[in-house]
Amino acid sequence: MNSRPKPDVRNLNIYFQVHQPRRLGQFSFFDIGTHRDYFDDGANQIIMRRVAKDCYLPANQLLLKLIKQYPLVRVTFSISGVALKQMERFAPAVIDSFKLLAETGSVSFLSETYYHSLACLISPEEFAAQVKMHQERIHHLFGMWPTVFRNTELIYSDEIGRAVRDLGFEAVFADGCESAMGICSPHHLYKHPDNNGLKIFFRNYRLSDDIAFRFLQKGGKAGPLTPKKYVQWLDGIPKDENLITLSLDYETFGEHQKKQNGIFQFLEGFIALLATDKKYRMVTPEEAIHLLPPVASMSLPNPISWADREHDLSAWLGNDMQRDAFATLKKMELGVIKSGNHDLLAAWRYLQTSDHLYYMSTKAGDDGNVHNYFSPYASPYEAFMNYMNVMSDLSLRIDTSDLSRNLKPVYHKINIKSAVP
Amino acid sequence: MADICRFLKVAHGWFSSQKMKILMFGWEFPPHISGGLGTACFGLTQSLSRLKTRILFVVPKAEGHRPFGGVEIMGAGSVQSPNQRIDYGKGYGQRSVSSVRKRGGVSSNIVPIKVNVNLRPYFTDEFLFGETRLQRWDYQVKESRNNPRNGKGEKEESPFSFTGGYGPHLMEEVEQYAQVAAIIARDNSFDVIHAHDWLTYPAGIEAKRMSGKPLVVHVHATEFDRAGEDINFQVSDIERTGMEKADRIIAVSQWTKNIIVSRYGIPENKVTVVHNGVAAKPDKVCAAMPLIGEPVITFLGRITHQKGPAYFLEAACKVLQKFPDVHFVMAGSGDLLPNMMELAATLKISSRVHFTGFLKSAKVDQVWAISNVYVMPSVSEPFGIAPLEAMMSGVPVIISKQSGVSEVVRHAIKVDFWDTEALASAICDLLTYESLNNTIKRESLEESKKITWDRAATKINIIYDELTTKT
Repeated sequence: MNSRPKPDVRNLNIYFQVHQPRRLGQFSFFDIGTHRDYFDDGANQIIMRRVAKDCYLPANQLLLKLIKQYPLVRVTFSISGVALKQMERFAPAVIDSFKLLAETGSVSFLSETYYHSLACLISPEEFAAQVKMHQERIHHLFGMWPTVFRNTELIYSDEIGRAVRDLGFEAVFADGCESAMGICSPHHLYKHPDNNGLKIFFRNYRLSDDIAFRFLQKGGKAGPLTPKKYVQWLDGIPKDENLITLSLDYETFGEHQKKQNGIFQFLEGFIALLATDKKYRMVTPEEAIHLLPPVASMSLPNPISWADREHDLSAWLGNDMQRDAFATLKKMELGVIKSGNHDLLAAWRYLQTSDHLYYMSTKAGDDGNVHNYFSPYASPYEAFMNYMNVMSDLSLRIDTSDLSRNLKPVYHKINIKSAVP
Repeated sequence: MADICRFLKVAHGWFSSQKMKILMFGWEFPPHISGGLGTACFGLTQSLSRLKTRILFVVPKAEGHRPFGGVEIMGAGSVQSPNQRIDYGKGYGQRSVSSVRKRGGVSSNIVPIKVNVNLRPYFTDEFLFGETRLQRWDYQVKESRNNPRNGKGEKEESPFSFTGGYGPHLMEEVEQYAQVAAIIARDNSFDVIHAHDWLTYPAGIEAKRMSGKPLVVHVHATEFDRAGEDINFQVSDIERTGMEKADRIIAVSQWTKNIIVSRYGIPENKVTVVHNGVAAKPDKVCAAMPLIGEPVITFLGRITHQKGPAYFLEAACKVLQKFPDVHFVMAGSGDLLPNMMELAATLKISSRVHFTGFLKSAKVDQVWAISNVYVMPSVSEPFGIAPLEAMMSGVPVIISKQSGVSEVVRHAIKVDFWDTEALASAICDLLTYESLNNTIKRESLEESKKITWDRAATKINIIYDELTTKT
C-alpha cells in the first residue's frame, strides 16, 4: 500500500509506435505465375533510411539525452517486427540507438504481432505464433520480455482480450474512444469483464492526435502547439483521474511533422516539463500496473481501433475489396501451413501487414486523406489489383489446384488459359 | 470564419450575378450539336441560368431553338443588316442534348474532299454525335451541291449566312461570325463576353473591341490535343490571339491549363481551371442489344490519333492471351478506322473485335448496358465526358492519366496511355476480381452524380463577378 501514489500526483504513460510496412513492388496480372519477387526492397530501403535520418535517429538521441538529464523520464515503445527487420537490414544504427535506450532502464517495450497484422482475426494459432515471434525478437535485441500487449492499430475487443490473457499478458492497450467507453473516463486503469486478471489502458485519442495530426493548427495564431499550452490541457483533466495514456506514431517526429516546424523542440520541452512538474509522474505500463488498481471492468463486445473517425475495423475491412482480400488471405492459412515451406510462410505473413489493406480504403474526406498520405498507390483500386495479383501468384505457389478457387473470373462463361508457366 | 467568408463571396457572386448579363458566343447548341462543345455549352448555360445569370447565346445559325430559363438563343445569320437592331425573339426550340444534327437531304450529296491543306479532312459518317459523338473536331470537309453560303432558310435581306457546321468554308465563317459579333455587341447591353473555343475567339475579340466589356475565352480543347505535334498554325494562331486578348481564360482541366501556359505562353494567373460536369442521365429503359458474348470491353469515341485506339487493340491482344473469350467493341468512327481494322487483323484478334461505326445516342446507351469495362486510352484529352457517362451507367472505367477527367474522378483506374501492359492488366483484374468490379461500379456511380454543371457554373459566376467588380 505504500506504493500507492499520493492523490495529487498524476501518472502519465506515453508510448510511441514504430512501424514500416514491407511495401510490395509492381505486380501485374501478367506476372501471376512468374513467382517473381513480391517486395520492392529498393524502395523500402530508401524509405527506411530516410525515416531513420529524419526521425528515428534524432528522436532516439533526443530521448536518450532527456533520460540522462531527467532520471524520472519514462518512455514506452511498440516496434513492429517488420520494422525491426528492415532496420537491421537497411539502418542498423537505429537498432543500436534503441539498444542504448533499453540500457537506461527507463524505457519499456510492448509486445505486438511481428507482422503488424490482423492475425487476431485469422486464427488463435496464427495470432499466438506472431506474438511469440515478436517477443523473442524483442528479447533477443533488447534483453527484456514484454508483459504488456498492444495489438495492431490498437484493435481490441473482449474476445481479443481473452486471447491476449491466454498468452500470459498482464495488460493490454486500447483506444479510449467514446464508442467504447461511453461516459467513462479513459484516465483510469480498467480490467477485463471476465475478471481474468487482464488490465486495460485506454488511450486519450484527442490529446494524442492533437500532437500527431494537429500540431501545426493547435497553437492557434501563435504558431504550432507549445509544450506549456499542452501541459495546461493536461492540468485541466479532473484531479481524481489518475492515469493518462498518450500514444503516437513515432514517425510524427520528423517525418509526418517536419523538423523545421519545431516538432523536436516540442517533444523536448514537453518531456522536460513533465519530468520536472511535481504534479506528474511518468510511468512505464509495468509501473502503472504495479501502482494502480483497476477501477472497474470495461466490456467491449465489438472490436475498436485507433483508426479513422469510426474507431473500428473499417479502415482495413470497410469495403468489398478489403474484405475480399482479407478473406483470400485467411483462406490460404491451411495451405501455407501444410506446405511446410518457410519462404511461402514468410511471404504470406508479410502480406498480412495491415497497411496493405489500409491502402485499399475508399473512404473520402479527412480519413481518406490520411489513407492517401500513407499509401504508395495512386488509388485504392491499384492497391487492390497489385495485392490480389501477388496473392494469386502465391496461391499458385502453394498449390496449383488452388488456381480455380483464387483466379475465378467474375463472368462464369469465361475460360481461363492456365496462368501456370 | 473562412467558411463564412467563402459563403459571403459565393452569396455576393450570386446576388450581383442576378443582374449580370453575359454575351456568349458558341458554335453549336442543341438541337444542332455534333460534339462535346454543344453538350458543354448546353449544360453550362442551363446551370448558369438556374443561378440567375442571364445569357444571350449566339450561334452561327439558330434554327429550332427556343429560349429557356435566362438563356436567349440568337443566330448570327439573323442579323439582318448592319444598322438594324436584332430581333431574336422568334423561332426557338429546346430539345434534348443528344439530338443529332441532321442536314436534311444533304447527306447523300456529301463527298469528302480536301479543301484546305491545313485542315485535315476526316472521312466520317454524318451521324457522329454526343460526347463520343465527338465530331466536334472532325473539321468535316464536305461539299454539298447546295451552296452552304446560300443555304435553306436564310432570309434574302440578310448579308450574313452560316451553315454553323465544320464545312469547307469554316475559316470564312469564323471571320464572318466575328463581323456579326461586332454588330451584336454594339446593339445589345451586357456585362461580360464569353467565347467558347477558337471558332468564336475572333467574335469575342470583336465584341470586346466594340463594347469595351471584359472577355472570357473558354478553352474546351487546343490544337495540340487534336493534332499532337502536327498542328495547324492557322488554328493555333487564332487560339493564341484569343487567349492573349482575353481578360480571363477558363480551361476545362489542369491538363489543358498546362498546355495553355507551356504551348501558348500565357501567364498562369490568367487561367482558371473549371472542370466540366455531366448532366444527370434520364431514367429510361433502353432496348436490349443482342449479346455478342461476354464479357465486353468497350472503346467509344472518335477513332483518331488523339483517342489512342491502337493502344486499346494492343491491350486487347494481351487480354485475349489470358481470356480468349473476351469481346472488344470499338464504337465510333474516324480517320484511323481502316488502320485499326487492319491492326486487329495483323494482331489476329479480328474475331474478338467488333467495329460498330457511329452510334446514335440510343445505341450508346445500349452499348453501356452490355459493357463490362469502358476504356478511354486518350493521348491528350482536355476533359472527356464519356467516362462520366459510362460511370453514370454503372460501367467501371479505365482512363488515361493524360486526360482532364482523371483530375476530378477518384473512382476509376488510371493508366498512362502508352502502358498497354498496365491497361491489359487492369482489364484482367476487373474481370477476375468481382469485389473490385463491384466497388468501383458503386463508388463511381455515386461520384459521377456529384460532378455537376452547377458546380462549374458557380465557379464561372465568381469569375464574372471578379471581372466586373475590378476597378
